Amino acid sequence: MAGFQSDWDGPVLECKDLSISYYTRAAVIPAVQDFNLVLKKNETIGLVGESGCGKSTVAMAIMRYMGKNGAITGGQVLYKGVDLATLSEEELRQLRGNEIAMVYQEPMASLNPAMKLDRQLMEVPLFHEQVSEQEAFDRAVQMLANVKLPDPERVMASYPHQISGGQQQRVVIAMALLSKPSLLLLDEPTTALDVTVEAGIVELIAELAGTLQTSMIYISHNLGLILETCDRINVMYSGQVVEEGAVVDVFDKMRHPYTQGLFGAIPLPSADKTARPLQAIRGQLPLPHARPPGCYFGPRCDHFQAGRCDAGPISMQPVDDTGHGTRCVKWQEIDWGKLGAGDALLPHTDFGESVLSVNQMKKYYELKDTSIAAMVKGGSSRFVKANESISFLAREAETVAIVGESGCGKSTLAKVLLGLETATEGSVTFQGKDLSQVPVQKRSRNDVKALQMVFQNPFDTLNPSHTVGSQLGRVIRKFGGITDGEAVRRRVLELLDIVKLPSDFYFRRPRQLSGGQKQRVGIARAFAGNPSMVVADEPVSALDVSVAAAVTGLLMDIQRTYRTTLLFISHDLSLVRYLADRVVVMYLGNLVEQGTTEQIFSPPYHPYTEALLSAVPIADTSIEKKRIILEGSLPSVINPPKGCAFHTRCHRKIGDICSSQVPPLVDAGEGHRILCHIPLDEMKAMDPVIVQKDAAE
Amino acid sequence: MSDSAIQIPKRPNILVRILRPLLLIRESWVGMVGLALVFFWVVMALFAPWLAPFPPNALLMPNQPPGTEWIANATHMIGTIPASEYCAAIEGDTSKVNCGTFWLGTDLTGRDVWSRLIWGARQVLIYAPLATFMAYIVGIPMGLWAGYSRGRVDAIFSFISNVILSFPVLVLYVLVIALVGASAVNIVAAVVFASAPGIFRIVRGLAMDLRSREYVFAAETRGEPLSYILFLEILPNARGPLIVDAMLRLGYVIITIGTLGFLGLGLPPPDPDWGKMIAEGRNLLQVFPWTPLFSCLAISSAVLGFNLLADGLREISLRD
Repeated sequence: MAGFQSDWDGPVLECKDLSISYYTRAAVIPAVQDFNLVLKKNETIGLVGESGCGKSTVAMAIMRYMGKNGAITGGQVLYKGVDLATLSEEELRQLRGNEIAMVYQEPMASLNPAMKLDRQLMEVPLFHEQVSEQEAFDRAVQMLANVKLPDPERVMASYPHQISGGQQQRVVIAMALLSKPSLLLLDEPTTALDVTVEAGIVELIAELAGTLQTSMIYISHNLGLILETCDRINVMYSGQVVEEGAVVDVFDKMRHPYTQGLFGAIPLPSADKTARPLQAIRGQLPLPHARPPGCYFGPRCDHFQAGRCDAGPISMQPVDDTGHGTRCVKWQEIDWGKLGAGDALLPHTDFGESVLSVNQMKKYYELKDTSIAAMVKGGSSRFVKANESISFLAREAETVAIVGESGCGKSTLAKVLLGLETATEGSVTFQGKDLSQVPVQKRSRNDVKALQMVFQNPFDTLNPSHTVGSQLGRVIRKFGGITDGEAVRRRVLELLDIVKLPSDFYFRRPRQLSGGQKQRVGIARAFAGNPSMVVADEPVSALDVSVAAAVTGLLMDIQRTYRTTLLFISHDLSLVRYLADRVVVMYLGNLVEQGTTEQIFSPPYHPYTEALLSAVPIADTSIEKKRIILEGSLPSVINPPKGCAFHTRCHRKIGDICSSQVPPLVDAGEGHRILCHIPLDEMKAMDPVIVQKDAAE
Repeated sequence: MSDSAIQIPKRPNILVRILRPLLLIRESWVGMVGLALVFFWVVMALFAPWLAPFPPNALLMPNQPPGTEWIANATHMIGTIPASEYCAAIEGDTSKVNCGTFWLGTDLTGRDVWSRLIWGARQVLIYAPLATFMAYIVGIPMGLWAGYSRGRVDAIFSFISNVILSFPVLVLYVLVIALVGASAVNIVAAVVFASAPGIFRIVRGLAMDLRSREYVFAAETRGEPLSYILFLEILPNARGPLIVDAMLRLGYVIITIGTLGFLGLGLPPPDPDWGKMIAEGRNLLQVFPWTPLFSCLAISSAVLGFNLLADGLREISLRD
């Protein structure tokens, strides 16, 4: 053991001019350059940046887990004053898990699915501290209680798949904390979780940071989460820290154009598609081996000045004496109060006639019990109630957002609309025709092309085997009625132009495109047949913030130009607030609330909407949120709770009526409907969840 | 946007697009060894008439001491040892004298082993790829359909393929060939019958994975016909594993054809067939071991070549 002092008072971790490179067949790739960090005891530092900026590489370097082709090429990592480069493999093994612990993004991948959790948890003290079995068990149970898991004894006796994703992540955090590490690395610990579950984990992390003697490094791409958990923040761009400082300083007094760009690209509650449109950062992240000279952000920066910004390496410059620093040579000259040159204000859109009307639509999937026992008893079948009595309508040029967590039935709804499934009951009237029982193969060509979809996953949305041109061309031939090769090609190039892609993308294959570019082609594909309605299933959730802003903007532009109805499926309420005209909130197949965006985001609320709003991380220090953490996990759709589907997790449950009777759809006026037993007056008296601090005072 | 602003970019030359991925095999030395072995036999098969020193089926007789008469009924050059130099009369016809080296000796009826191996390569490299190709033609559509549609189609096809797979392959071959007789067509048919279920399973697995991709979903929402989704959306993305599998399977089919030849179920005599050559040499193995030995080497080098090539292809496909 390298003899780390348990009573060390200096900085727990220091990175001095750390540089990390990867060696590949093609070239040496400098992943991280000149990284400095001082982590004091009990402090939490956030590392934020877009994918490919080197956040995770830093964490791996701290753990000395860089694989065969990675190496520290310069600088030092000092843990409690000891240079980690001097440690042997055996000493590193002692260090990892004992002194430094790590929590990864995907909880299921961190737990061994073939082992019960008690063995996995007890292993930590058994291996690192050689305690007795009984003591290891007691400590594990205690730690599970500390991470707020209900019924720790039951969790101990479970296999990982028997508990929910949020509970799994709590177990992983408990496991990391069991050896009382002095440093905890959290690499996007909530990215794989639903937003209400994420809120619980974030609260736990923030609480642990306050009570434990553990310093933390929190890696995230979400500025809102950093605000909720961290003391200090390092903003990374292309392998460098471009701005560092206390969270409040960086959020309120940002002094680097990239940080400013990031904040301009995320939808804050103050953002509005007509008043303050999102601003994407133009251009793309430079490749690690093709970074520009001088400031790496230079080519994308509005304040770029040739001769100064590209003169040579730029070092961190102190902004004040609190440790706020920026890697920008012009920070004293830029007018930081003014946001970058944005788009002009957009006019409000007038909505036209109703395009889609969904009325009491139900979709049940039958689960046939094919076991021998069931055959003897006379076959019973159960139903998965994926959609229960869904009613809403969407008008021309309107954006209707469908909001809900995974498993709420959003995707089933989309499938029924598109004709990939047929409804069990009710009607789906699209342009005057009931399509609820018409599968897509039986729909007329006009109906098919009028209702198209933009998909979620940019890596999956385009067929990797065909060129962009041939994929778009196929859609045009299918829908446009154009068969002449030259005309089709011309139309493809027109489409590429509409989604702002250069024409030489025609012969590119999807793997030669970035995530945002693929998503643009996906949008072009959906709009190729001039549809009257487009269903967009989380089209930007897998993209980096600055790219997401550009793709969102593009989608809205095209929608506005062609007066398309947009059905926007999302779990991101900030984004929904930004672009939706009306919102439909779903929970476990039920529509729990619907209304205009203003109606949804202010009282009266359905308790679930209230909890969802509270769970959204907001990267704005002037916003105060009510804290509502939902208990428990999403019930199974095969066996949904009786009465109100939400009563098992509801923080406003009023009594037995909730668990015995299906609540009425209360009309709160002007089309605002809430599915709840709580009297309307009581709901109207609720406090708003999101409040501007200044207004509240 | 004006038309003049639209510039239609040039598509890369078709040769470049096909050859560039193939050149990647250079980066795998295992693949290069495999490619060399395969290439060797392909060249032998292609140029057999020029490369074979003697006609494959000619019964060669030794030249008598110089100046004497040819003896019409002289024994054939049975089991001549390798690398011996002779002038030989073909089929006892003294007007056709052919001098050369029997690099691999002669077999029990006095035919040059090396020439027969070269001509045998021709047979193997025609029928093995043909049979493999036909097996894919049968297995791919079934696998795609079953893996994509699941349900009843899948249940029926899977059941049939399981029944065939559960039957001992060798017995199956013997039965098929014995029932319909040995001929080139029947060999191909037997191989297809026995290999298609395995291909079906692989393709079905790949299709089951690919059917949930969003681009397939997108094609469904456009109302594309089943055949388009199967052959243009799913199949091209399954090609990587299928090419590797085809190379491996080609090797096994060579063994199969060899086995059939060995059992006397191969191509009708007297055409040279590697498997049959082993069978013929088996009787006097202790006296003249080289005849069957070199045939075995030929089979194993060809099979090894295809296996290593498959390994190499897998290796480069896993990189990046």
